[in-house]
Amino acid sequence: MALCSRRPEGAARVLLRAIAREKVNMSQPELIVGVGGAAGDGVASAGNTLVLSLARQGIAAYSYNSYQSVIRGGHSWLRLRFSADKPLGVGDQVDAVIALNQDTLDRHMQELQPGGLVLYNGARLSPSYDPPPGVQLCALPVPELCPASKRLPVMQNTVAVGALMQLMGLDISGLESVLQSTFAKKPAVVQSNIEAAQAGYDYAAANFTPPATQLEATDQKWAQASGNHLFAMGAALAGCKFYVAYPMSPATHILEWFATHAERLNICVRQVEDEISVINMAIGAGHMGVRSMCATSGGGFALMTEAIGMAGIIETPVVAINVMRAGPSTGVPTKTEQADLNQAFGASQGDFQRVIIAPLSMTDCFNTPHEAFNVAERYQIPVIILSDLLMSEGSETVDPALLDVEFPIDRGEVVTAPNGSDEPYLRYKNTPSGISPRALPGTPDHLYVSGTDEHDEDGVLISDVYTDPVRRKKMVDKRVRKFETVTRYLPAPELDGPADADVTLLGWGSTWGTLVEAAEHLRQAGISTNHLQIKFLVPLHVEEISAILGRSRRTIIVENNQSGQFARHLRAETGIVADGHIRKYDGEPFEPKHIVAGVKDVLAGAEVVDVLSSESGWRTDHPTGTSGPWQGLRVGEESKTFA
Amino acid sequence: MATAAVAVDPKVFKPEVPPDWCPGCGDFGVLNGMFQACAALGLEPAQVLVVSGIGCSSNLPGFFRSYGVHSLHGRALPFATGAKLANTSMTVIATGGDGDGYGIGLNHFIQAMRRNIDVTYIVMNNEIYGLTTGQVSPTSETGMKTKTTPLGNLEGMLNPLALAMASGCGFVARGFSGQPKHLTELYKQGIEHKGFALIDVFSPCVTFNKVNTYPWFRERVYKVEETDHDPTDFHAAMDRALEWDERIPIGLVYRNPDPRPSIDSLDTALQGEALVRQGYTIAPETRRDLIHEFM
Repeated sequence: MALCSRRPEGAARVLLRAIAREKVNMSQPELIVGVGGAAGDGVASAGNTLVLSLARQGIAAYSYNSYQSVIRGGHSWLRLRFSADKPLGVGDQVDAVIALNQDTLDRHMQELQPGGLVLYNGARLSPSYDPPPGVQLCALPVPELCPASKRLPVMQNTVAVGALMQLMGLDISGLESVLQSTFAKKPAVVQSNIEAAQAGYDYAAANFTPPATQLEATDQKWAQASGNHLFAMGAALAGCKFYVAYPMSPATHILEWFATHAERLNICVRQVEDEISVINMAIGAGHMGVRSMCATSGGGFALMTEAIGMAGIIETPVVAINVMRAGPSTGVPTKTEQADLNQAFGASQGDFQRVIIAPLSMTDCFNTPHEAFNVAERYQIPVIILSDLLMSEGSETVDPALLDVEFPIDRGEVVTAPNGSDEPYLRYKNTPSGISPRALPGTPDHLYVSGTDEHDEDGVLISDVYTDPVRRKKMVDKRVRKFETVTRYLPAPELDGPADADVTLLGWGSTWGTLVEAAEHLRQAGISTNHLQIKFLVPLHVEEISAILGRSRRTIIVENNQSGQFARHLRAETGIVADGHIRKYDGEPFEPKHIVAGVKDVLAGAEVVDVLSSESGWRTDHPTGTSGPWQGLRVGEESKTFA
Repeated sequence: MATAAVAVDPKVFKPEVPPDWCPGCGDFGVLNGMFQACAALGLEPAQVLVVSGIGCSSNLPGFFRSYGVHSLHGRALPFATGAKLANTSMTVIATGGDGDGYGIGLNHFIQAMRRNIDVTYIVMNNEIYGLTTGQVSPTSETGMKTKTTPLGNLEGMLNPLALAMASGCGFVARGFSGQPKHLTELYKQGIEHKGFALIDVFSPCVTFNKVNTYPWFRERVYKVEETDHDPTDFHAAMDRALEWDERIPIGLVYRNPDPRPSIDSLDTALQGEALVRQGYTIAPETRRDLIHEFM
């Protein structure tokens, strides 16, 4: 039989280092901007315009939008962190606020530190209380600066963005070019927006004081994308030819990217009736030999679990992404959490092999599908990718050179030529590696049936015979044996920072950037800290992790869930019990200050520190528990817990 | 529709493994008809994929020599749909029972017809759950006593033919495993139909259904081909589909004279080579365009 097999030499390792390369120092000046308004006020598009404008002037950004599950109204709070050094998270504070409605002005003005500023349409809004000391009120007379805003209120956003560009110390060229490309098909709109932006820019120059921190344009060009878009593009570049999904937040943007690009990239993209159908179709396509992927969130993934086991026993490669949101059940659909790890471990009945990967950043979302496809095809197993709302819906700037790559493709042992030998083909041949060369249906002379019942090497069911303990055990052992080499195929985690540090921060998945930054803050605070981040959760690199943590003086596990799902996994796999735990399950992501405060608490004797995002601007305190207008001032109350 | 291919010996589809169905099971006739139809159409075993769910009848792929998948209970159609989209050059046949397709898999059945994937779906309908030893099925008649309806079935009976027509299926047929030649003809037409084709087959369960037996069906069934029925007349076809008393029609009940194109023929990615034969590489210029969209 003919085999085509190509093993990329250390390919996964090379790409993991590419992420590390992005780990820049944090010495450049930075500004954190909050844009707030109701859904429909144009928060996202104002933020996007700002990020793209700065990216074209060489400034990197990280964005995270805290929003509600409403189409119109409610409160949406987009935080954007800008610096010439790529920011790894949203940071700890806000330096400037663009308030698009009164609610935002009321909620968030109080969060500003001395030197901060708040921009708003002075013709429509005015502060309900005195600003904190040293905070500059930047009221823009929008109707005078932009008469068109009387007809089209959303023009106020462009005025504010123009003003902010001036206050950040940048010229307006980046903004002009973004407006030109955004409204390329409507020249009149381009012109009126450029005029509005220029009016805001000039007004700020004449009337406001720039903050002490100023940004400087650089020559670096940045791309900007969400984790979901990077998943989709990364998968397409890794040879994904079949994508199927059912809409579910926060995974839907992957489907939309694929739908938009299906025709150009020749990818079959289908939206189907439910996640049961999704995963079974994906496995059906994977079984025929195409690289096949699907994505959902926890509730949809729950529906997929029976079929994940099918992929295990019929040995079909498939990749399923679970973009975690706060659960259980419907939970908080627009909020982030890392609490589906147990679900991923336990997806489907019986013993079988799966790989679980949690990418570390938006940029890593781009790399992960190719690693997932390679390991899925090489080992003929299902691969689960765990993302979360923070990483999938948040976005960051990426060095475009990191996206301009040709991924190495490892299809494993695939039989494509006719059977030249007299030996019958055995689809599930009991090989020393446990991997049985896979003939794709359609290949002449290799007929077989894949059964979800237990089957023998030739595929014939053994489930219906009276009993056959020998063959049953042989087939389970064959599938298990595949796993003996997977941990060597996947790159082991590496410790970041001095080996002899007092504190080891241990996290998994999307908390990477925040922990890198927190470790730096801790070192600056005189607490010697190192950091270990786990991407490959199953199988766990037990040997390497045990060696690292065996030398750790104090291991503190940070995870965005209530029960410590990873801590339990680590204990089960390595016997290691962490010294402290920092956990968060309030729907919002960790910020570096939460980790710093939590570590101090652990050092002071706490075993488990539960963190709460308690800035008053985040609170609703609506009597019915539904989201409504902010109910009043809470200056000083609970707001400085982590300052 | 005539086929250009030359008929082959039905034995090429017969594997060494004999079926383990009860002696006299209707499914033997269903399987035998598939040997005959695939041979008459001149299909190559390596170009056929048979996908089933779970149940007595879903063991069929193991007794048919081609590529096969014995998938999950109720999920044969999604699996078959993914497989067909991935490799449109294969002839994909989905098989299963009434519990599998009309019970647990009902949503997929309706959606597959609405989607119009080019799959031939053969349902061995015995009006009972056989593999689990005799419980009520969606197609069990009202009042039928089974192990789980000892006082008689309180629920109504699902009509797969009428449901298929309402769901946009362009080829709706019913066969009887006691009429093998007629059944073979329906299979041939169904496989040749470009789009989703339903062939519901009365396949008596000799062990657990003591009501809907071979004699029970023989007394009632009649072939619509032997009447003046026009299968292209939707309303006439719906009248036939709803018939269920002393006379029960079998045969090609409905064929859409102006069928909608199948999803696999419409999808832009499937216009050239089958997906599985398309390369993985995306040209560097295209890749750069994609990056540029983010800038």
